[in-house]
Parts: sequence; C-alpha cells; structure tokens
Amino acid sequence: MRIRGIELGVGVFMLVGALSLAMLAINVSGLTLSKQEGSYKIYALFENVGGLTARSKVTMSGVAIGQVTNISIDRQKLMALVEMEINADTDYLTSDSSASILTAGLLGEKYIGITTGAADDEILQQGDFIEDTQSSLVLEELIGKFLFNKASE
Amino acid sequence: MQSVIANLALLGRSTINRLAAIGRSGMLLMHAVIARPEPFNSFPLLMRQLYSVGVLSMVIIMVSGLFIGMVLALQGYTILVDYGSEQAVGQMVALSLVRELAPVVTALLFAGRAGSALTAEIGLMKTTEQLSGMEMIGVDPLRRIIAPRFWAGLISLPILTMIFSAVGIWGGLLVGVDWLGIYEGSFWANMQNSVDFFDDVVNGLIKSLVFGVVVTWVAVFQGYDSVPTSEGISQATTKTVVYSSLAVLGLDFILTALMFGDL
Repeated sequence: MRIRGIELGVGVFMLVGALSLAMLAINVSGLTLSKQEGSYKIYALFENVGGLTARSKVTMSGVAIGQVTNISIDRQKLMALVEMEINADTDYLTSDSSASILTAGLLGEKYIGITTGAADDEILQQGDFIEDTQSSLVLEELIGKFLFNKASE
Repeated sequence: MQSVIANLALLGRSTINRLAAIGRSGMLLMHAVIARPEPFNSFPLLMRQLYSVGVLSMVIIMVSGLFIGMVLALQGYTILVDYGSEQAVGQMVALSLVRELAPVVTALLFAGRAGSALTAEIGLMKTTEQLSGMEMIGVDPLRRIIAPRFWAGLISLPILTMIFSAVGIWGGLLVGVDWLGIYEGSFWANMQNSVDFFDDVVNGLIKSLVFGVVVTWVAVFQGYDSVPTSEGISQATTKTVVYSSLAVLGLDFILTALMFGDL
C-alpha cells in the first residue's frame, strides 16, 4: 500500500510537470505546431532603416505576412539592403508594391508595411526587388527640418 | 621566519585539501552516473527518491511561485500604470519568471528543502556505518544510495521549475487581471508576442537542468564526504546549502550571459 502511494505521488508530480510545460508552451509562448510551408525572399533598398532589425515583422494591412531576415549595405548604391522572407501563401504582392518602415505605437518596434499597387499581372517572385520604398522616420532629422524651415521663414 | 613558513605550509595544505575534495567529488559523480543501471532493482529506488525529493518539494514550490508571481504583477503594475502600458504586466511577469526567477528561486528552494535532507540522510548513513556495512555485504553504496538520489534530483528540478513558472504566471494573472483590472485579452496577447518557446522556455529548462546537476551533486557529495560525527553532519548540511546557493547564483550569471547576452 505504501509503495502504491509513492507511485501515485510520482505519477501526479510528472503529470503536473507536463501540464505546466504544456501551459508554458501553448498559453504563454503561443507556440503553434503548424509548420510554415515554405517562403520566398524579396528585397528592398532603403535610405535609412532606423531601428529595424532582423526578425522584425513584415505586414500588409496590419497582418503579419513574413519577417526581415537580413539587413546589410548594398555596395553599389550605398543604401540599406533589407532581405525579407514572405510566406509562400502570400502570392498577391504586385511588382509595383511599396514598402515603408513604420513604428508600432509612439515608442514601439519598427516593422515593414507593404502596400500593393495596381499592376495585377506582375507578381513579386523569389529574389525580386521592391522599387518604391519609404525610409524610417528619424526624429532628429524631422526636428532638423522643422528648425531649418522656421529659420528660413 | 618560522611563522611565515608555517603559514605557507598551512596555505599549501588547505589548497591540496580543497583540490582533493574537488577530485573526490568528480570521482563520485562519475561513478554515480556511469554505474550500470539494473532496471528491476534501481527503478523502485529511483521512484522512492523522486517521491521524497520531488513530490514533497511541490507544495513549497507552488506556494512560493504563487506569491512571487503576485508580487511581480503588483510591482510591475505600479510602475507601468504611470506610462499607460499596464497591459505589459503579463509580458513582464512571464519573461522574468520563465527566464530568470523560476530556475534560480526553484534551485535555491530545492537546495534548502531537498539538498540539505539528502546530505543529512547520507551523512547519517555514513556515521552509523550503514555505507561500510553495505560494502561489506557486497552492495555498492554508490549504485544503491548515491545514483538514485542524483538522478531523482536531476529529473525533479526541471519539473519543479516548470510548475513554478506556471503557478507564478497564474498568480500574476490573479493580481493583474482579477484584482487590478487589466484587460485579460491584452494580458495574454502581450505575453504571447514577447515570449518565445525556444529562446525563453527551453533556455529556462536548460538552466534548471544545470542547476539540478550542481545542487544534487553538491548535496550527495557533502553527505558522502562528511566527517562521521554529529558535528560533521551539521557542517556538511550547512556547506550544502551555502555552496549550492552560491554555485547556482554564479552559474546563473554565466548561463544568462551565454543565452541572452549575444556574446
């Protein structure tokens, strides 16, 4: 009887531990078991990426459709080259789409927002560039412009 | 001159003793880990140790986890509400628990609750010559006494850490949502956006696994190596708690630097 009590206790212990891990995985970290089935890479050149980092979100109409995978300097044009990974099921980004670097909230993280254009026939493929880009807003530059305008009035 | 030489000799002797103790503890760990398992004999032994080391520590872990989660939520709320971002309480509670507080506090409590008990038990076995008695009848005390206790500690601590995190987050939910009135949806959403399963939860698990090895190792070694007197046992028990707590805190810094410091 005593051995049975011990076994029961250990069983409950293991079960509670497993339940806690499951709760941490599903409820707390939002882990989903559904695998992303493939993705393709597109690129964009920006004047200034501000605080954008790898793993930042790429969104369209506010819905996340991919993430930034790499940021480097393009050697020829001397601009920031951003590599983005877009989920394979997002196959409706037209070639005249525009990408802009946005900020979530007043002090929030930077992310890329993509707006599609009107050219229905040409869809962005693996390795394509988004031509129309808008850089991140840098507060110091804005203040500088404002002061310059004030002074010239 | 005489006293200088005497002091030098003293320094040398204590260094040699310390190194020898480290060597003995390494040998003990190796023998305990390598000891060839005998499933039919060692499984019930492991079960019994899991019960006394793990199951009986569950209550103290749950109660401390609950209160630490509640305090974190309360403290975080009073600061974050000034910036109008009290929804971030969930994120703050979850991240600080999963990454840092749950592994460390669980290991410290475990050292006090289970480690000291292991040391005292093994030390008393040594004092009453049960260990040498076992050797005499051909039973290896390392395999029969040390190995199951070591494995039980190693298995229990990560499980206890998970329980601590889960109960702590529930405590944060109680205070943040039910008492202070944070909107429950944004409490969970903020948490899920910021906590990553592999970067945060699994790294916390790895931490607790390392702490499990260290705390149990120190505990069984101090018991096995204790001076076989009642005074020796009390010293060994104190050493267990002091050494394993210091080791946990020091290792925690190193592990955190490796995992989250982008070194």
